[in-house]
Amino acid sequence: VCTSRFWFNYRHVANTLSVYRSVKRLGIPDSHIVLMLADDMACNPRNPKPATVFSHKNMELNVYGDDVEVDYRSYEVTVENFLRVLTGRIPPSTPRSKRLLSDDRSNILIYMTGHGGNGFLKFQDSEEITNVELADAFEQMWQKRRYNELLFIIDTCQGASMYERFYSPNIMALASSQVGEDSLSHQPDLGIGVHLMDRYTFYVLEFLEEIHPASQTNMNDLFQVCPKSLCVSTPGHRTDLFQRDPQNVLITDFFGSVRKVEITTETLSLDRDVPGLESKFPEEELATEPLKYAEQLPVAQIIHQKPKQKDWHPPGGFILGLWALIIMVFFKTYGIKHMKHVF
Amino acid sequence: AGPVQVQLVVPMAVVFAPGSVPGDLPRPLPFRDVQEMEISVNLRTSVTSRYEMRYRSTTAQEEAALAAATAREADAALYPLQDTTLGSLTMYVVPETSSLLPQGINVYVGKHRSALLRAGGGLAALQARLREVTQLMSFTATSIAAALSDRVPDGQLGPDARRNLKSSLGYEITFSLLNPDPKSHTVDWDIEGAVNRFVKPVLDKLSLVANFSVDSQILYYAVLGVTPRYDKESSSFLLSAHSLPHVINPVEARLGSSAASLYPVLNFLLYVPERSHSPLYIQDKDGAPVSTNAFHSPRWGGIMVYNVEAPASPQVSLPLHVDVDMARVMEVFLAQLRLLFGLSREEVPPEFLLESPGNEGLADWELDHLLWAHAVENIATVSTTLTSLAQLLDKIGNIVIKDDVASEVYRAVASVQSAVTELSLGHLLAAFQASKEAVTCSERAFFDPSLLHLLYFPDDQKFAIYIPLFLPMAVPILLSLAKIVRETRLRKKEPTKMD
Repeated sequence: VCTSRFWFNYRHVANTLSVYRSVKRLGIPDSHIVLMLADDMACNPRNPKPATVFSHKNMELNVYGDDVEVDYRSYEVTVENFLRVLTGRIPPSTPRSKRLLSDDRSNILIYMTGHGGNGFLKFQDSEEITNVELADAFEQMWQKRRYNELLFIIDTCQGASMYERFYSPNIMALASSQVGEDSLSHQPDLGIGVHLMDRYTFYVLEFLEEIHPASQTNMNDLFQVCPKSLCVSTPGHRTDLFQRDPQNVLITDFFGSVRKVEITTETLSLDRDVPGLESKFPEEELATEPLKYAEQLPVAQIIHQKPKQKDWHPPGGFILGLWALIIMVFFKTYGIKHMKHVF
Repeated sequence: AGPVQVQLVVPMAVVFAPGSVPGDLPRPLPFRDVQEMEISVNLRTSVTSRYEMRYRSTTAQEEAALAAATAREADAALYPLQDTTLGSLTMYVVPETSSLLPQGINVYVGKHRSALLRAGGGLAALQARLREVTQLMSFTATSIAAALSDRVPDGQLGPDARRNLKSSLGYEITFSLLNPDPKSHTVDWDIEGAVNRFVKPVLDKLSLVANFSVDSQILYYAVLGVTPRYDKESSSFLLSAHSLPHVINPVEARLGSSAASLYPVLNFLLYVPERSHSPLYIQDKDGAPVSTNAFHSPRWGGIMVYNVEAPASPQVSLPLHVDVDMARVMEVFLAQLRLLFGLSREEVPPEFLLESPGNEGLADWELDHLLWAHAVENIATVSTTLTSLAQLLDKIGNIVIKDDVASEVYRAVASVQSAVTELSLGHLLAAFQASKEAVTCSERAFFDPSLLHLLYFPDDQKFAIYIPLFLPMAVPILLSLAKIVRETRLRKKEPTKMD
């Protein structure tokens, strides 16, 4: 999830797309990835290299590429949609690609980046998500067993405050900086004119480049990524809610996808001389009714309708009480004789 | 998770053929007996199984049926004479010397809901055998624990516990043909015919459990993610067992699935290897080639490799035309479908003989097995969902419950109560359908989009918002109130002064 928009937040989009690429390289298909981006970088009029997003000033890798599948783009990246995806309370018309169809055997990786503060994360300059809401959403997921294990990575200022309030089991969290510290960006590119990546994500990506689908590297190595000397901020992590020892947790458990596979040793013995059942489409064309133009919505009627009168509700108790208090005080203070001037 | 107390009742009849009655029966036939067993999953979840057995001797018609030559014919003849309600079982005990059962076989389990047992060894041995058979044909402690897997503490479950497909209202089955080398092979598969002839009967039988929809597709230039190794001894290519997990992911990106339905998708892939990698065999862990040349992944589906025979003469015009033998392919795919649902016949004691279900795909008692597991799973899910919904509403006081959410909750509660009642009466089908209804209603209520709580106001934010608004407004009011109080006190004092 990239929670920022606008050109000067280029680095957040580059962060998210780089992590997306690594995860796809390690085997997770698009159907299992929900990508939320403001997606206003590649075609931004201020982009000197249109249709590209670079993560390194050598411009080696265009992380935007040809096959980025953004599920929630632009103004759809809101706190409400994010919580809906997590908890599953999505309107029934939402397509499969926008849903999190996980069950009790799914390991979920959540990566968030953007601008944050002590206890909150800013979504697109207009709203915030607090750490309590996030913790409650994870609890809702746990109640319905929508995850087996969850890895939460956040790269924002004061990122560690976002995982302080988690209380559901099987969650491991990593953040780029502690409370009171800012996460810094990595390097500006003079050609493009903005900072291209954040430090923490940059070093995490360098680490991930060494991982391949069959690798046995564990989580403890991920915790060592980006020490204070390189990152200036102090990355933090939280493993007390996690049941397994991080030493035994493989990176590919979250970043890649290795399935359990069994050899099929049984077969069913079928009787081959089964006559075909009647096929669903009979040979002769059934006589169908001639098609009619369906009744459309009576647009003319609707346009010229008078607006519906909203039901008038009398003012509620609080407002009435307040007004009564004010009027009573006014007339008590200044005397009843003023009443006749009012009425 | 809310407490779940469920009693599973299995009505059973144990019928003794003449000459098979053990000498140490406690009472003369016919009589009834009840055996209860507790399967406790955790502190708050307990499932009791109760086998209500009716012991009796055979009727004349049953004796005639048991006089058949083989066990299979006897089973077919006995079928019209049995109680065929879902969930019930009938056990026929034949004399020790009977020739119905082959040598070395003591139990024959038929296609429907009955079994033939060989008497011998007295009542205790017979009861032990009866218990084994009934557990095989209905449910065991492991199958119930697997159904309730999210309530069992993690340490107790084996690593293979969460393999079976979760109970769902429907499943989507997709058959895909992968042809990575269309220049060499033109592959024709009559999938529509195969689905009609082989798959439809199985799905019709499973239609009690869930709705199934079937689609198929052909993918060209879809390669496996793994390069197979060439083995000189057998002059074939081999895929080793530990590289199989990496095969699925690159392919999955290319498999489509219906955007509209939310049911779990089961993918069955048929891979025709390239000419340069033919023939391709899958190796198991010991290095031996697998006879089915197929493997499956729990909760995902299965893949089978179909080797094309090398043409007799080396000079042959490409592309070769390949007509896929759909019956052989469907034998494997349908077996994989059974395994995905958890219907395996691997762990059967050697003295048991299980009748093959033939084209129906699964025996009646296997269907019952699924229904028991899914009914228990549904009831547990509903209880968890409703409890967590209640906890959510307790915690977040300002969520508005719409009327239809409330009515769904009431319906879910009523359905789950009826499911538990029906289970304790032994009506498996009614219980399963009630549990399905309960799950639908409770999921609809829990996942209703209106139940999103976004208004989290920490206390300091409340002060920060309301104080600047109300404090300036309140200052003149408070001062005026103070003035009124002072005047009233002065006026009260004045009359006393004047006097």
